[in-house]
Amino acid sequence: MKRYVLVRALYSVVTLWLLVTIIFGLVRLTGDPVAMKAEAGADPAYVAQLRHSWGLDQPLHRQYLGFVSRLLRGDFGHSFEKSLPVRDIYFERLPNSLKLGFAAFLFSLALGVPFGMLSALKVNSWWDSAGKMVALLGLSMPGFFVGLVLIIIFGIQLGWLPVLGKGPSAVVLGEPSTWITFWFRDWAHLVMPAFALGWYFSGAMLRITRSGMLDVLGSDYIKLVRLKGVPESVVVAKHALKNSLIPVLTFAGLNLLVMVNVAIVIEVIFNWPGVGQLLYDALSNRDFPMVQGVVLMSGLLIVVLNFTIDVLYGYVDPRIRLSR
Amino acid sequence: MAPLLLVEDLRTYYVGFGGTRVVKAVDGVSFSVEAGETFGLVGESGCGKTTTCHAIVRLLAPSARIVSGRIELEGEDLVPKSQGEMRRIRGRRIATILQDPMASLDPLFSIYDQVAEPAYYHQGLRGRSLRVRVKQLLDAVRIPSPELRMKDYPHQMSGGMRQRIVGAIAQAGGPRIIIADEPTTNLDVTIQLQYLNLLKDLQRATGVALIFVTHNLGIVAKMCDRVGVMYAGKIVEMQSVRGLFYRPRHPYTRALLDSIPKLGVREALCGIPGQPPDLADLPRGCSFHPRCPRAVDRCLDEEPKSHALNGDGSVRCWLPIGEPAANG
Repeated sequence: MKRYVLVRALYSVVTLWLLVTIIFGLVRLTGDPVAMKAEAGADPAYVAQLRHSWGLDQPLHRQYLGFVSRLLRGDFGHSFEKSLPVRDIYFERLPNSLKLGFAAFLFSLALGVPFGMLSALKVNSWWDSAGKMVALLGLSMPGFFVGLVLIIIFGIQLGWLPVLGKGPSAVVLGEPSTWITFWFRDWAHLVMPAFALGWYFSGAMLRITRSGMLDVLGSDYIKLVRLKGVPESVVVAKHALKNSLIPVLTFAGLNLLVMVNVAIVIEVIFNWPGVGQLLYDALSNRDFPMVQGVVLMSGLLIVVLNFTIDVLYGYVDPRIRLSR
Repeated sequence: MAPLLLVEDLRTYYVGFGGTRVVKAVDGVSFSVEAGETFGLVGESGCGKTTTCHAIVRLLAPSARIVSGRIELEGEDLVPKSQGEMRRIRGRRIATILQDPMASLDPLFSIYDQVAEPAYYHQGLRGRSLRVRVKQLLDAVRIPSPELRMKDYPHQMSGGMRQRIVGAIAQAGGPRIIIADEPTTNLDVTIQLQYLNLLKDLQRATGVALIFVTHNLGIVAKMCDRVGVMYAGKIVEMQSVRGLFYRPRHPYTRALLDSIPKLGVREALCGIPGQPPDLADLPRGCSFHPRCPRAVDRCLDEEPKSHALNGDGSVRCWLPIGEPAANG
């Protein structure tokens, strides 16, 4: 187990290094940020000064080395646009994304896992058909469409739910609201974006749970458990559930991160001040350090979570736990 | 006295495509098993052996139906029983050993957990006495240092060892009868003999009856007291092992025996010509007639009834081997 954890950790480090290098290169392909900031015909001295202050006058390898060495010290650089440290801006937005992501995640789990299990247990029944329908709608209706429909119905026609933003209990730099008010107030603002974001994932979750459960229920070892005369509730809740949760667990973890980090479209539609919207704005402005920072932080979270899932796997599955 | 298990005219059909396709997997099977004896069920793949076994414990695929027949365990008919009642019979009175030891243990639970389950649910054993019981069961199937090994997980064991664990699980509920569905088919040949000897020893120690399903006639000769030969969902011949090997009466049995390769004999191996029939579309008359070297006109139109042989056993044939044609 110790060696297993070490190997996984090494993989994580390599993945992160690759990500650092790729995003450094990619973001520089998007165009010249100086051209965005300075209008055509601007004073060449001003342009040169801007370029110098952003460090873009140095050769690429110097920029890269500087970038990596600052990263190692935990410094993501300063935003071109806001002249503030990228890290501070990111962490100011992250709680908002976490709130939205968790809400969407809980929604997708609450809908996907029980209904997936039900579909598998009552295969080819009315339940199963309803489950298929939900999954099909979930996977084929894009989140932005669901979001817009929700806005029209519940925000505008019925007027039940607020349409934009996350509500007044904001976490603003230097003005922290308490933990409880942040997570539990203004849930009305959360309902529509969380639903629109979790919608897609609940369909996928349902299908994965169903197929995992069906595989396990058809296996010989479940047959043998039944042949032992173990009560059906124990067959399902103990043997089948534990075995079918392994793929669901991995998938759910990755989903959570995707929802936290890449909810760009939903965040833009609902004007939700999370990291997705931050990335969207940064890309539009060619704000290199900001883009790099957001992407790297998302990558870091994904790598750390993957690592955690791998270790958790080890605890669930004795085949991994007991190997050296 | 009633036999331990009596199966009478059992019919189990798989119904598919909204009832348009009916596969008669088990079509009028009758046999009985006495306490402590070993009854063999032999036949080619897809002749209904496994469906018969699953029907006895009432764990059939959702598309399968027991259409008619009786399954009496110690005089009690199992067919009308609910799944809840069957649960208290499975593992406690009828245990089963499956074919593939690599797939029949739950990978996420320890050997102890899996062997303990029948004793936990059927005998109500808990704590120390459960532990003692599991150790005793593992000892009986010759697992070395059972105290240590019962903490292990299935992936840490070889196929032979896993099948012995499955044997221990079968014993755990103290059953009167064990259905062994090709228990050695997926084992190495060297391990097969060991496992068969183990089953014999367990049987001698506990007096449990065995239904032994196999397509290997060598194993039948070693293990069984009486044998039923299945073809296309029916038992075509039933005899004592001696009778079956020395005086086969059904042409199919004869053909099966002839298709065993013999060591030291330089002869072309005889197969059985043709394919086993489609169980959804059986030939008229006797199902075996398209492949039967002795088929006469009557075999094409009329299905033979099972009739008793002198001594013991029965055969389903219009023209059994060793009887003059006029009798048939």
